[in-house]
Amino acid sequence: MSQPATRSVASNRGRLGWLLWLPPLIFLALFYFYPLGNILGLSFARQEGGWTVAFAQALASPSVLHILGFTLWQALLSTLLTLLLGLPGAYLMARYHFPGKAIIQALTGLPFVMPTLVVAAAFNALLGARGWVNAALMGIFDLSQPPLQFTNTLTAILVAHVFYNTTIVLRMVGDFWSHLDPRLEQAAQSLGANRWQTLRHITLPLLLPAIAAAALLVFIFDFTSFGVVLILGGPRYATLEVEIYYQTVSLFNLPLAAVLSLLQLACTLGLTVIYTRLSARLSRPLALKPRQITQRRLVGWRARLMAGGFLIFLLAFMTLPLLGLAGRSFYGLDSGRERSGEVQTGPTLAYYRALNESRRSALFYAPPASSIAISLGYAAATVILAVGLGLPAALALSSQRESRLSRLLDPLFMLPLGTSAVTLGLGFIVALDQPPLDLRASPLLIPLAHALVAFPFVVRSLAPSLGSISPRLRQAATVLGASPRQVLRHIDLPLVGRALLVAATFAFTISLGEFGATALVSRPEYPTIPAAIYRLISQPGALNYGQALALSTILMVVSAAGMLLIERLRIADVGEF
Amino acid sequence: MPGLEIQNVTRRFGSTIAVQDVSFQVAPGEIVAVVGPSGCGKSTLLSIVAGLLAPDSGDVRWDGQSLRHLPTHRRGFGLMFQDFVLFPHRNVFDNVAFGLQMAGMDTGQIQQRVAEALELVGLPGFGERDVNTLSGGEQQRVALARSIAPRPRLLMLDEPLGALDRALRERLVEDLRLILRRMHQTALYVTHDQEEAFALADRVVLMNAGRVEQIGAPMELYNHPETEFVARFLGLDNLLSGQRVCDEAGCRVETPLGRWPAPPGRTGAITVLLRPDAVHLGSSGDCTLSGTVQEVVFKGRSTRLELAANGVLLHFDFPSRAELPGVGEQICLRFSAGEALQFYDEAAGD
Repeated sequence: MSQPATRSVASNRGRLGWLLWLPPLIFLALFYFYPLGNILGLSFARQEGGWTVAFAQALASPSVLHILGFTLWQALLSTLLTLLLGLPGAYLMARYHFPGKAIIQALTGLPFVMPTLVVAAAFNALLGARGWVNAALMGIFDLSQPPLQFTNTLTAILVAHVFYNTTIVLRMVGDFWSHLDPRLEQAAQSLGANRWQTLRHITLPLLLPAIAAAALLVFIFDFTSFGVVLILGGPRYATLEVEIYYQTVSLFNLPLAAVLSLLQLACTLGLTVIYTRLSARLSRPLALKPRQITQRRLVGWRARLMAGGFLIFLLAFMTLPLLGLAGRSFYGLDSGRERSGEVQTGPTLAYYRALNESRRSALFYAPPASSIAISLGYAAATVILAVGLGLPAALALSSQRESRLSRLLDPLFMLPLGTSAVTLGLGFIVALDQPPLDLRASPLLIPLAHALVAFPFVVRSLAPSLGSISPRLRQAATVLGASPRQVLRHIDLPLVGRALLVAATFAFTISLGEFGATALVSRPEYPTIPAAIYRLISQPGALNYGQALALSTILMVVSAAGMLLIERLRIADVGEF
Repeated sequence: MPGLEIQNVTRRFGSTIAVQDVSFQVAPGEIVAVVGPSGCGKSTLLSIVAGLLAPDSGDVRWDGQSLRHLPTHRRGFGLMFQDFVLFPHRNVFDNVAFGLQMAGMDTGQIQQRVAEALELVGLPGFGERDVNTLSGGEQQRVALARSIAPRPRLLMLDEPLGALDRALRERLVEDLRLILRRMHQTALYVTHDQEEAFALADRVVLMNAGRVEQIGAPMELYNHPETEFVARFLGLDNLLSGQRVCDEAGCRVETPLGRWPAPPGRTGAITVLLRPDAVHLGSSGDCTLSGTVQEVVFKGRSTRLELAANGVLLHFDFPSRAELPGVGEQICLRFSAGEALQFYDEAAGD
């Protein structure tokens, strides 16, 4: 009697497993491979002898090699610095509870929500030639020139990257760490390991998958960094991404842009493959523990002082530029240098008032303020698309971990991550404006592009949680009569509730902040917030600059509110395991 | 006094007192089991001895030296967890070798010691195995090998068999006893299972609600449970409530089952334990107590009878024999009050 029953369960699972792969694969085929194929076609369309010649020529060029070298170098430095700041923070957040932790967690999440453009603008508002610090120094010492040279330096790029990506380490490593059984460390201590030895031999090796995952994400982010390098690096520093943008937009050298983007793709693809190999070897069936068990209070004044000092530094580093930005958006500083009369020195609401006006300068069809509603709509659509596509992908990956298909498709799902946003935008423009897929006028174009960017994040944050659920839980549910769908509904979904929220946050914030693809895809009459900011910031004049800062501030508040809401949800969430 | 001394240790968590004024000693080579129901504070006590928790007051000493400021990793104590907590990223060899590596032992010596430890726990040649693929019993043995390999001066075991099924547990208790005895290992063994504690320990510390109820050799505890809680915990549930009445002739206790002499004390409510091992089957006409059999449970070598006597239910195990009375039949029991009865005054505070 039991034979047919088990058979049908197994075959059911098999059929469902196969269906799970379909939606993400169709999505990637249409909106990733098809546009990329078009770019590939472009790269050797005008070249005799095929694309290998184009590649060989590009690699033989010292300037291309220099750009490639610099891109790798700054990404490596940025990643190391980010880990240096993020890991102690992740430790504190994971292992202790202390007053104000939820607020600190939300605040340290802020930078990641910010578009690269706004991060660049924020550091400009704080440390740039017209920023608070230089203005103060000039005032105090009565200088005629800003004394601090921050913009157009490598330091500026590195600082902005660390600022931007520390959240990733805090979240990914911190989340994993908070569920790591502290008794593993106690066992090591009872065997004679001191704190340093415990860290080196037990904690770090166990955290390695999470650290490697976070470091890889950070590295790829830094490697394909666009807005920060474009604005803070200045003309002296160009990464591959910035060069692709220049070649596309300024020089319209599409074949070279295509070759460069393929070069970049090869690098990031290589990294992703290495990572997948690494993580397959490193992942362990860890028994995750509830956070209540793993977290304790800080005891002793020395521990409190050190933790407090570090957290204050972290918080200051991650909020001061944003505070400076917000403050600057309410404060005119430029009247001495600009045409007089446009904005007064001192507190002002002029920048905000101007957002609601349709000026005749033809920068916008609608007031800049309308971009807020547009962006929120796009972000909601992106969450639905990215989570809707990422969940089946993550389920398929974790339930068929050993299968060949899984090993093949896992790196495939990460491909959009390794593809520069500018390239994705370029691909959309080239491929999706003609039959059979004419989406030029579709409002879905932007959410599709954003979902593509967010997709790897969603999969990466869901798959480990799904994978960490003991298969015996699923078996137990199946034996109790649950169909595969009921197992999903009653076991997998509640258990990954937290991870789902994290994934949704990723999708939402990526959509709100995405600039690279948006810059190329967005339609002038429906600008997203970052697109509007970029248009404003690239115009001269104190009012445009101030409006950009005002819009950035609004984006900051909207994103912060969303993040805070999700943090709150997480605390009360029943899915917390 | 050499060995481990626990002196008046108290630990609170917020307003609840997990461990209250606990004192006892573990002499070198001795195995002491701390037994009690879950939540009685035994695991907290273990964490305090291990140095994972600090006591609010009291002290833990080793060979007369206070351990208060000695961190866990320098105490030289081994600790074995209930669910083993093997390092998932290290194979069997590297798990067992961990403590030796921390001690800075050279490679050759480590290999020898790991091989010895694995041999001792019955897992020779398991070194290269992935700990995640081991069975529960094998994991337990690896955990034991890991904690004894550095030759700790005290081995603490926190419900080391709790995660295993009963048959395996009974076999492993035997193995564990042999291994600990053979090594003359000083050990502090925490469990909620009294049979495990009796099988392993030289002395048993029975805890309840953070406090020590009784300390003694297993036999002593079983034969003379000092409190009603100890009696109940050890499964001695033939308890009668009675009244103590005293006059010039002395004291006696009056129960539904009869009237017996009692030790002098306060007049009033008293609980009487009827120790099952001191009660024998009698022939009719020579009964100290008679009742009706309610239930017969054959358990192999022994048979458990439930009987009702004057409205009180009692349980006794007798050697299985054909002539044992069946359900509904009369049964006649014989015992001497001096041997079979133990008296517990109603506790004033509780």
